[in-house]
Amino acid sequence: MAQYTILIYEDENAYATASPELMDEVIQEHDAFTAAVPGLGATVLGGSALEPSGTATSVRGGEVTDGPFVETKEALGGYYLIEAPDLDTALAVAKLCPARFGGVEVRPVIAFD
Amino acid sequence: MSDDAADVEAAVADAHRREWALVLAATVRVTRDLDTAEDCTQEAFAAALADWRVRGVPDRPGAWLTTTARRRALNVLRSRGVEHRHLPLLVEDAAVPGPEELATDVDGAPIPDDRLRLVATCCHPALDRPAQVALTLRLVCGLSTAQVARAFLVAEATMAARITRAKKKIALARIPYRVPPAAELPERVDAVLAVVHLLFTTGHTVPAGEELVRRDLVERSVDLARMLRRLLPRDPAVAGLLALVVLTDARRETRTGPGGRLLLLEQQDRARWDRAAIAEGTTLVREALRARPPSRYALQAAIAAVHAEAPTWEDTDWTEIVALYGVLTQLWPSPVVALNRAVAVGFAAGPAAGLAELDALAGEPQLAGYGYLPAARADMLRRLGRDDEARLAYGEALLLTENTVERDFLAGRLRDLGAP
Repeated sequence: MAQYTILIYEDENAYATASPELMDEVIQEHDAFTAAVPGLGATVLGGSALEPSGTATSVRGGEVTDGPFVETKEALGGYYLIEAPDLDTALAVAKLCPARFGGVEVRPVIAFD
Repeated sequence: MSDDAADVEAAVADAHRREWALVLAATVRVTRDLDTAEDCTQEAFAAALADWRVRGVPDRPGAWLTTTARRRALNVLRSRGVEHRHLPLLVEDAAVPGPEELATDVDGAPIPDDRLRLVATCCHPALDRPAQVALTLRLVCGLSTAQVARAFLVAEATMAARITRAKKKIALARIPYRVPPAAELPERVDAVLAVVHLLFTTGHTVPAGEELVRRDLVERSVDLARMLRRLLPRDPAVAGLLALVVLTDARRETRTGPGGRLLLLEQQDRARWDRAAIAEGTTLVREALRARPPSRYALQAAIAAVHAEAPTWEDTDWTEIVALYGVLTQLWPSPVVALNRAVAVGFAAGPAAGLAELDALAGEPQLAGYGYLPAARADMLRRLGRDDEARLAYGEALLLTENTVERDFLAGRLRDLGAP
């Protein structure tokens, strides 16, 4: 087994202007997603949704700047940490991960032992 | 060098071409690490050179090489110290190969035919196309990094970096070393076929440079298509691709004339086309076309078969070719296919009709900078006697063509038109 992060990149404006109904729908999608993962042979170990990148503060070499590290149209808005036997399984999970205003990136997690 | 030594060298070279993938794929099972498996396979071929000189070439060189490589791999694993304990290992499943997949090695133990695993791993969708192509040539065909680099006209260091990165990704991201499950198989086989087809077209018409046909790439891609046919005998897309490469390659001797000059289909000596290859290809096309919908390779092969079966250029069934391109554009819309269809229309219904079809493609962004479009226009205009416009179009085509043989052809046509 190995760990992977599923990094969710989406258009933040779409969420900023979303109706409460739409937000409910998205939350339900994420609930359905987490419920479906074990059926694919993987486990959700954790994950978080992030506040928009407008709330971000970057620090480089002690210097503090207002804003995200990199300004992009599709910003990192959340992630899952999963455990899966191989990349094919992790990609099957990623394909199921809700990201209607963008997409996801799968990155293996380094195992230190 | 004695005759014997020369014979042994030839036998090893032959085995290298035919058995490399089998030996490496079976050795990866032992090492679960591509680099170590490659080293052991390389050493087995070096050992063959010495051993076969003394003991003679074995009856089944593949089995001898596999046993030797796997024994070496076991020794390497046993002698390895703790520093290798954390080497990331390939992920595999414990699938038992079917009886038809099993050969036996010299000790009578079964050799698993893991070539499908190997090629599926090299062409995994998580790797980009240049990486898939490089890995396939290196791991499945056994080419050196320098040879792979030469084939794609890139610096050896660039190719080495590309191969290293791809291998690292396979290990660290845990791309599994296995035959894809049935549900994913068609999509995965499609990626493998795309790689083999790209190798063939790159070899068949080198995008830039001197030779029109890069023989080694063409031969490797035909070998790969034959290997896939043996591994997936019931897959119609595989039959289609093999048909396409075999039928296209059947014309290889006639594609260039004296001094390497490019000869059009119209000018080629059809008596020198490889009839055995054409017979093989047309049988495969029939099989491949039974799939619904047929694969793009099957349709392209069917077009090649219509050309191959026409006794003369004048006898070509252009209506059939236009119809086949029509199906192809419907199933796989592409401006390049539409361009080929327009050229066929120019022969089926005359250059004015062909030109009208070509002009309809003028705005296609994908064809901007594609030398074959002005070249095709130039030919229609020439046949219509619109020489001034034809000269301009040949000039435009020359600006966009890098292959020396093709450039010479276009320049010759331009000269034949004379001064304005």
